[in-house]
This record gives sequence, C-alpha cells and structure tokens, in this order.
Amino acid sequence: MNIFETFSLAIKNILSSKMRTFLTMLGIIIGISAVIVITGLGNGMETYMRDSFAELGTNLLQVNIQGRGSARNVSIDQMYEIVQKYPKYFEYLSPSVTVNATKRIGTETITSATTGVSEDYIYIKAYKIAQGRNFEYMDIVDRKKVCIIGEYINTTYYGGKALGDSIRIDAEKLTIIGIAEQKKDEMKEGGTDDFIFIPYTTAARLSRTRVRNYVVSAPNEDLMAESKSILENALYKIFEDEDAYTVLSMTEVLEMLNSMIGIVITILVIIAGISLVVGGIGIMNIMLVSVTERTREIGIRKALGAKERVILSQFVIEAATTSALGGVLGIVVGFLLSGVATKIVTALNSDPITVSPAVNSVVMAFAVSVGIGILFGYLPAKKAARLNPIDALRYE
Amino acid sequence: MSTMIEFRNICKYYEMGDETVKAADDISMKIEKGEFVAIVGQSGSGKSTCMNIIGCLDTQTSGEYFLDGRDVGSMSKNELASIRNEKIGFIFQQYNLLPKLNVLENVEVPLMYAGVHRGERRKRALETLESVGLSDKLKHRPNELSGGQQQRVSIARALAGKPAVILADEPTGALDSKTGKEVLAMLFEMNAHGNTVVLITHDNGIASQIPRIIRLEDGKVVYDGAPGEEKHNEHI
Ligand SMILES: Nc1ncnc2c1ncn2[C@@H]1O[C@H](COP(=O)(O)OP(=O)(O)OP(=O)(O)O)[C@@H](O)[C@H]1O
Ligand SMILES: [Mg+2]
Repeated sequence: MNIFETFSLAIKNILSSKMRTFLTMLGIIIGISAVIVITGLGNGMETYMRDSFAELGTNLLQVNIQGRGSARNVSIDQMYEIVQKYPKYFEYLSPSVTVNATKRIGTETITSATTGVSEDYIYIKAYKIAQGRNFEYMDIVDRKKVCIIGEYINTTYYGGKALGDSIRIDAEKLTIIGIAEQKKDEMKEGGTDDFIFIPYTTAARLSRTRVRNYVVSAPNEDLMAESKSILENALYKIFEDEDAYTVLSMTEVLEMLNSMIGIVITILVIIAGISLVVGGIGIMNIMLVSVTERTREIGIRKALGAKERVILSQFVIEAATTSALGGVLGIVVGFLLSGVATKIVTALNSDPITVSPAVNSVVMAFAVSVGIGILFGYLPAKKAARLNPIDALRYE
Repeated sequence: MSTMIEFRNICKYYEMGDETVKAADDISMKIEKGEFVAIVGQSGSGKSTCMNIIGCLDTQTSGEYFLDGRDVGSMSKNELASIRNEKIGFIFQQYNLLPKLNVLENVEVPLMYAGVHRGERRKRALETLESVGLSDKLKHRPNELSGGQQQRVSIARALAGKPAVILADEPTGALDSKTGKEVLAMLFEMNAHGNTVVLITHDNGIASQIPRIIRLEDGKVVYDGAPGEEKHNEHI
C-alpha cells in the first residue's frame, strides 16, 4: 500500500462526511486565515512605513538644537561649515522653521504646512520647480516676502494660475515666486503636494524664533550611520554636552518602527496560533471518535493483513489531509479577508495600506496546518494501530 | 502429506471477575495440508476461539501453535499480520466487508496489503470475482447486494491472495439453505484446488458432508473423525 493509495483513501473518508470534516477544520481555517491576515497587515504596514519614510527621505538627518544647559550656541554659518567640510558624507543643508501662523488666500483660511527653508530645501526634498523660480541667496539675506507653493494649492485655490499672486501669513503678504511640480498622482489636503515654503529668515521673523532645526541630506544612504556620527561629533565639539542637540536619522527611525511593528505582529500571530492549537485539538477529538466508530473496519483491515504501520499512517494521513485542507481553505479565506481588511484599514487611515500576505507566510501556514494534523492525529492513529485484531473485529 | 495446522495443548482462558472461562481447554490436534475439516459444537463450546487462534487473530493463553511448521507464538505483531495476509483467507458469518468500498475494491484490499501492484491487483481481483460469478456487480457497494452476494464477495476476497488456508466461521449462518449450499459448493471447490479448509458450522446437514469433524464441548475436543462414525452418540 503506497502513500498515494493511503492518501486517496483519506480523501474518500474525508468526503464521506463533509459537514463533520468542515466543522473539524473550522479551528484550523480560523487560525490560518487570522495568521494570513495579520502577517499581511504587518507587510502592508511595513510597506506603508517604508514608502512614507522614502517620501520624507531616508538619506536625511534631522538636527534639533536645544542648547539647554549650555551657554553656547551654534550659528547657521557654523552648521554650513560642518556640512561643507565633509562632502563625502553631506550634500545639502537647510534650516527648517515651522510657521504656525494663520494662512489665508483671499478670505479663505488654509491649513497647508508652512516651513521656513533655504534655497537647497527643494533639492533635499526632491521637489522640482515647475513654474517660476527657486529661492535665491538674496531672498534669504533680505528676508524677502516670497514663497514657493505645492501644486495642490495652485490647482485648488488659483486654478493653476498662482504664480505672481500672493498668500497672507498673519499680517504679511507673500508673493508666490515658484510652484513645485506635482509629486503624487493623487493630491489631497495635507498631502505631499500641499505645502508652502518661505525663506527661513522670513519665517524666523514671522514666528519670532531662532533657527533650531536643520535638515541635512547625505549623498549616500549606506553611509547614514557614519554621516550621523560625524555630525554628532562636530556638534559635541561645539556644545560639549550631549543633551544640547539631537541628530535623528530617518533610516534609524524607520528601522525602529519596523522592529516595533514586527514585535506587535509576532504577538498577534502567537495569539492566532493559539486558535491553531485549539483547531488541532478539535482534529484530535474527531479522530478519536472516528477511530472508535471505525474499530470494526480496523479489525477487518488487520484480519486481511494490515500492519500497525499501515493503520497508523492511514489515520495520520487522514488527520493531516483534513488539517491541510483546512489550511488551504484558511489561506483562501485569509486572502479574501485581506481584501476586506485593506478597505477597512485604508478607510480608517485615509492613506492606502494594502494588507498583502507574503508567499512565505502562505507556505508556512500550509506547513503548519499539515504539521498540526500529524501532531494531533498521531495519538488517535496510534490508538487505532494498537487495537487487537480480534477485539476490533468483535466490536459492535 | 505434511501438517498445515498443529495445536499442542492449546488453552485460551478469559478471566471474568473471579471466574475463569476456559474457551479452549488443552486442545491438541493436527490438520494436514489439503484437508477439509468442520469444527462443530454447541454455542459457547469454543469453536470461534479455536478459529481465531488458527487465523492468528488471537493468541493462546498457553500451548503451542504451528502453522505450516512455524511457531506462531514467537511471532511479532507485524509477522502475524503478514502471515494472515499470505496464508489465511477469512470468511465470516457477517461477511465483514468494508462498507465504503465497492465490490472490486473490497477484493483488492488483501492484495494491496500484500504489496501487489495496481494493475496486477485489479486483474487478480477481477479474475476471482468472475470465479464467484460477480463480474456484473463490480461497482456496487456491499449494502447494495444480497446476503448471498455479499458472502460471495467475501469468498472472493478470501481467495484473491491465494492463501493456503481458508477459515470460514459459520459462512452459511445468515443465508437461506439454497444460497448456503452454493457457498458450501464453493468451499468444496477450493478444497479440490488444494486449499486447506476449516469450516465452523451449526448445521448437521452441512457437517455430515465434510470428510472430517472435530467436535468441541466446553473447550475440549470430544470427537475427531469422519462424520458417519459419530452418529450413534449424537447430540448437535
Ligand atoms: N472476549 C471474551 N471475553 C470473555 N469471554 C469470552 C470472550 N470470547 C469468548 N468468550 C467465552 O469463551 C467461550 C467460547 O466462545 P466462542 O466464541 O469460542 O464460542 P463458539 O463456539 O464460537 O460459540 P457460537 O457457536 O455461539 O459462536 C464462551 O463461553 C464465551 O463466553
Ligand atoms: Mg462462534
């Protein structure tokens, strides 16, 4: 009796009581589909994070100067000096001043993120000027009342004719000198294409603050760790106090977030795994019932010369097949639910997160369900195999 | 002629509470190759017990059993399974067919356990089914057949592996007398082909046709010989 015959026998037995088989598999179906959806969610979140961070720039370092507890400060010129000293590790520098003032176009208040920056900022953020011009050195030095806007504002408020028009920030009226090229296929409020850049000098005056934040870009993503420590060392020389500044690398943050997501997903998968164990116990239970019901069949088979090993493998394969079938259904259900989950998560998040189960998690899920079948099917199968032929034959 | 089945002081005891049931009580006998033997006796006299030991389905409490010269008592479970498969063909009163398999598949089962390949297996099952006149019922399930037909399937199954010994425990018990006769005729035919046949029966009419009778009473052999010579102290 070869494995194929044992297998087709198992299929036959499984199909002879479909309802029972289905209920037996339910635990496995639920467990596997949960695992598929959860790992899919994890993948989706990772992809989403990676994309969002790529947008922020994975080659960027964010510098924040607190200056707390230190009499010293670092000037903008000193920052430029540091950056220019290591061309291998740094490319562009721009101060970054967040402006929280009220912005108005005509009488309408807008929510666009407004940042004071240098002329290099659009290179750092990889924007292109579509109309008009970039900031010039003199705009910065003279604190000119000019701004560059994203395409979203141009289309939404000016019908594409924003250039030369103006935006009011608090009491000041800023002339639009440049419009950045659209980056995203779909533009929306608060999105990548909804922003106002103004010279950082202008921004500092508007907000009555000093420059405390900088963005530095590195030419090479692989050198981020080195770039970061060079910058930190240079700042330490100035402040002689580690608490006076922070340098944040986006890649580092991304990695940290990813590993946090990884932990959460692992915990969720373990919880889902519990239902797989419960499913396994369900299979064991039904296999024990099945062995009792089929005692006579086992007796007949033994009388006809079936060895213990043959009976054992018959029942183990039957359990494994049931479980594997549950696994396959679980995978199918998991994929269907992933589609639903994508819709829900996207609706909640306003950004699209695709719940996308990976091929390896599908393979794993299948292997695990077969494994559970074998594990929990073994005990009942052993019981069947050990039956004394004459007792089994006499069983009513 | 050489010996096929030999019992040496075979005992089979069942402990029931503090009572011991002696289902087989010191039975010694020999059955030669090619013999046709009927085991008779009252209900509970130990016929099936003997049969199960002969068929290696059960093991004796004490004594020795040799099948075709081999000591069965020293065999492992696996060896016993092989012996059953190779040497013994069972025919049961209740047919004991596998209900989920069709006629052809039922007959193939012992061949499958013997490791006979698919094609060959099918061929031999078909041949045997033809010899019992069931070629037209191959795809039927056992519950779609009459008792006589089911018994013929079980005969085909017993014969398919070409075993040396055919063991039939009341094969006609559940059949009407006409069908019973057909089954008996088949047993005679098997015997004519050289099989050793051991038949358990209640039926005097049947027993009287068998060349040798072993009569059991309370687990003991009380008569062993030709049916005619027993007639005077008869009490079946
Ligand atoms: N598993 C068992 N446990 C206890 N006692 C048993 C068992 N099997 C058989 N016996 C006892 O052994 C004795 C012989 O039983 P056996 O089945 O061999 O009788 P039999 O001659 O085949 O009877 P019948 O003609 O009714 O089939 C009986 O007294 C029976 O009660
Ligand atoms: Mg009996």
